[in-house]
Amino acid sequence: MESFQEIIFKLKHYWAQRGCIIQEPYDVEVGAGTMCPETFLRVLGPKPYRVAYVQPSRRPADGRYGDNPNRLYKHWQLQVILKPAPGDTIEQYLGSLEAIGINLRQHDLKFEEDNWESPTLGAWGIGWQVMLDGLEITQFTYFQQCGGMDLELVPAELTYGLERLAAFLQVRDSVYEVEWAKGFSYGDVRYLDELQYSVYNFEMADIPTLWKLFELYETEATRLLSLYDPKSTGKKRFPLVAAYDQVLKCSNLFNTLDSRGAISVTERVGVIQRVRRLAVGVAQAWVDQQQEASVEVAV
Amino acid sequence: MSVPFLLEIGTEEIPDWMIPPALESLQVLFEKAAIPHDAVRLDATPRRLVLRAEGLSERQKDSEERVLGPAKSAPAQAVAGFARKHAVRPEDLTLESTPRGEYYVFIRKVKGRHTKDILADSLPAMILGIHFPKTMYWTGKGGAQFIRPLRWIVALLGNDIIPFELAGVRAGALSSGHRRLGSGEIAVTIADYDERLRDHYVIVSAEERRNKIRRELEGVRVKPDPVLLETLVYLTEYPTPITGGFDPQFLDLPEEVLVTVMRHHQKYFSVEDASGRLAPEFVAVMNIPSDAEGFVRRGNERVLRARFNDARFFWETDQKKKLADRKSDLAHVTFQAKLGTYLEKTERMMALVGELGGDRQAVRAAELSKCDLTTELVKEFTELQGVVGGLYARVQGESEPVWQAIYDHYKPESMEDVIPRSRAGQFVALADKLDTLAGCFRVGLVPTGSRDPFALRRAAQGVVKIIVEGKLDLSLSKYLTDQTLAEFLAERIRYYFRDLRGFKYDELNACMAAGSSNLADLEARLVRVRNLRSSPDFEPLAASFKRIRNILEQAKFTGVGRIDTGLLEAGPEQDLYEEYQSTTGQPIESVISRLRPKVDRFFDKVLVNAPDARIRQNRLTLLSALLREFSTIADFSEIVTTA
Repeated sequence: MESFQEIIFKLKHYWAQRGCIIQEPYDVEVGAGTMCPETFLRVLGPKPYRVAYVQPSRRPADGRYGDNPNRLYKHWQLQVILKPAPGDTIEQYLGSLEAIGINLRQHDLKFEEDNWESPTLGAWGIGWQVMLDGLEITQFTYFQQCGGMDLELVPAELTYGLERLAAFLQVRDSVYEVEWAKGFSYGDVRYLDELQYSVYNFEMADIPTLWKLFELYETEATRLLSLYDPKSTGKKRFPLVAAYDQVLKCSNLFNTLDSRGAISVTERVGVIQRVRRLAVGVAQAWVDQQQEASVEVAV
Repeated sequence: MSVPFLLEIGTEEIPDWMIPPALESLQVLFEKAAIPHDAVRLDATPRRLVLRAEGLSERQKDSEERVLGPAKSAPAQAVAGFARKHAVRPEDLTLESTPRGEYYVFIRKVKGRHTKDILADSLPAMILGIHFPKTMYWTGKGGAQFIRPLRWIVALLGNDIIPFELAGVRAGALSSGHRRLGSGEIAVTIADYDERLRDHYVIVSAEERRNKIRRELEGVRVKPDPVLLETLVYLTEYPTPITGGFDPQFLDLPEEVLVTVMRHHQKYFSVEDASGRLAPEFVAVMNIPSDAEGFVRRGNERVLRARFNDARFFWETDQKKKLADRKSDLAHVTFQAKLGTYLEKTERMMALVGELGGDRQAVRAAELSKCDLTTELVKEFTELQGVVGGLYARVQGESEPVWQAIYDHYKPESMEDVIPRSRAGQFVALADKLDTLAGCFRVGLVPTGSRDPFALRRAAQGVVKIIVEGKLDLSLSKYLTDQTLAEFLAERIRYYFRDLRGFKYDELNACMAAGSSNLADLEARLVRVRNLRSSPDFEPLAASFKRIRNILEQAKFTGVGRIDTGLLEAGPEQDLYEEYQSTTGQPIESVISRLRPKVDRFFDKVLVNAPDARIRQNRLTLLSALLREFSTIADFSEIVTTA
């Protein structure tokens, strides 16, 4: 039986063998691996890129105080980006399942329509949820737009739900029973985290403080973006990556405020628009900055 | 010589529901290419669209093409120039007479092209022309668009490959088998195509896959679900049903919730026991031939257990707060930005239910109808809105009329769906839909073309269906203050009576011209007109009414004044007047056979347009009175007559 960490090792190894850079998790809170600069920024522009990384992903509203066997405030995604998507992307993906010990001749695999969309990122793609014996194990997306722009090269994004995969492989009814490493369960490692963050997100997070923080990060991102000058000769050193981190902060604060019940349905759309505007702004500036850089390399 | 044609478009998995329309679209495009052929056969799996045709010619017939040149009178230089352009001598041109005079014509002999070449030229556009609701690009910005990436193409005419390339894929004779049980490259011919694919675990025919599922389910008491069956037929290449079970303790949860989890979330069929009650079993359809080790069954059982546990958790959590106590929470749920919250909608609905004639219980149902929007169960299973509210109301002790009305109030959800079972439910459903329609139209959220984000067509259709089939005696005009909305609803009324009830469009025009505010009354009149239509006197009389209306319109007759009997001429005019007098107030059915000959004779013998203005006016008055008398059930001049 593969432990949780062995499954991760094997998947990373599998994708490393197929030309992926193996990255480590991004160090700013995100709701999904897609939001990391390694995906959001790298899919933009004409440069090919291949990367795989595990990303702990925070969804404050999904927290269940560690009580629910399948729902988590923070879950582990394995994110793979193949840019551009090779013609045998699906074959490679199936190979990765076999690499972690799933004999696909004995299991039922289906690709069910599921087009991914993130209004906050101005991003969407076409794809499927991959169902293994009735369990959704992966979101498979061909990106079409990001930051509101059509993509030059179409990347494939594979997002594996690692807890589900591990529970499937280890035949566990609860993710907390999954063996993380020999002698340690997922619950041993993560239960307190789930409990305490559920308490914080649902009960104790201070709404005025969160709003204040949101505005501070928003202001900083806006300030930076307003300073970006596409005509400047020194624009390559402009800190767009830092500006993007402010956007990620806003996004996570928005999610926390939402789980705290502090955002009415009417307000929601407006706040999403505010974050989207920043994300799109960073993406557009990034594309501009990259164009210039590629010219320099060519010279 | 006649040859068969095979086109297999190999792709990544196409959404199941898009496949049958895509095949239809492909066939239309193929027919447009106008290549003569015999029988066409269409097949598909999630990964391939297949078109086969018999009896194509290897070469198309020779033909002639005529190019019109200069007129005969044109200078010789121009004629020579025209001939040179077509690489012939002037004497090779022919002269043809046209309506504008004689002209030189060059007749080009066109040799029939090889069908293979025609197909090679037309197939790329044909494939990319298949209509899909949403497409993607995958080869890079500006590249080909299709539903999912194209991965292989088989294009054969007889034994020959039709050579073309599309989005980097070269057409050939290599197909692809089941993703894991078959080979990725299978050489096929038109003759062995089905068999070769079957060897590689792909059943090309949807019909055969459907039959395989049905056959293997014989003896299992599956709840019939044709829609789910179609989904599974187009989600698999080699379907095999398996039966799994769940803990009977979950049967404490409402059947609606269990079935929704199984059907919508897991694509399982539900199973009944001998008495017709839900059994603790399900049927999943796999995309492989067997589950010898039981992996698939156990995997699906585990997923279902987790889903049911979630549902139970939500059900129990929701019980902690009664529906009635959730009403104030609706102030935080937006109905639509410009139309306020669900609390406001609830209050409007309560008032409207009262106005429509609903009793205390109907108003109570309206009050609680939207409260389930704040429950965890509805947040998780949005398709169960209303149903969940009804179920909670029942366990929380609301009376049967109240909980049933809440349960039913989104009905009818389609034209095939039934209307709410009780009066209270009908009133709540009507109030909900009328409020949505009136509100959306007021703030300009009017459906355009295929864009109808608030499902206003369905709402309007529901209004019509509920009133007619619920036989509700109420006048709609009061709620249709907006002209655009009135027209929108008239459109739905037509659709309902024409497409669902089979009335003819002219019968509808005729009856709606006499009013459509009271739909029960409209229905009754439609039935009368349809019955009248079988009378041999009907069409001639309708034609006469049309004539009367034309005469009145031409004369710009305003319809004032009374008939002056002193001015009536003895004979047909007097007879018609007497007939009119004696039939006034009687239903048209009982007078039609007497009235018709009188009208005919009048038009035969009497000149309406009499020279004497007073007589003319009097005759117009008589005709107008007659028209008015029999236009209360329908405007018969709208009837399209065959004569």
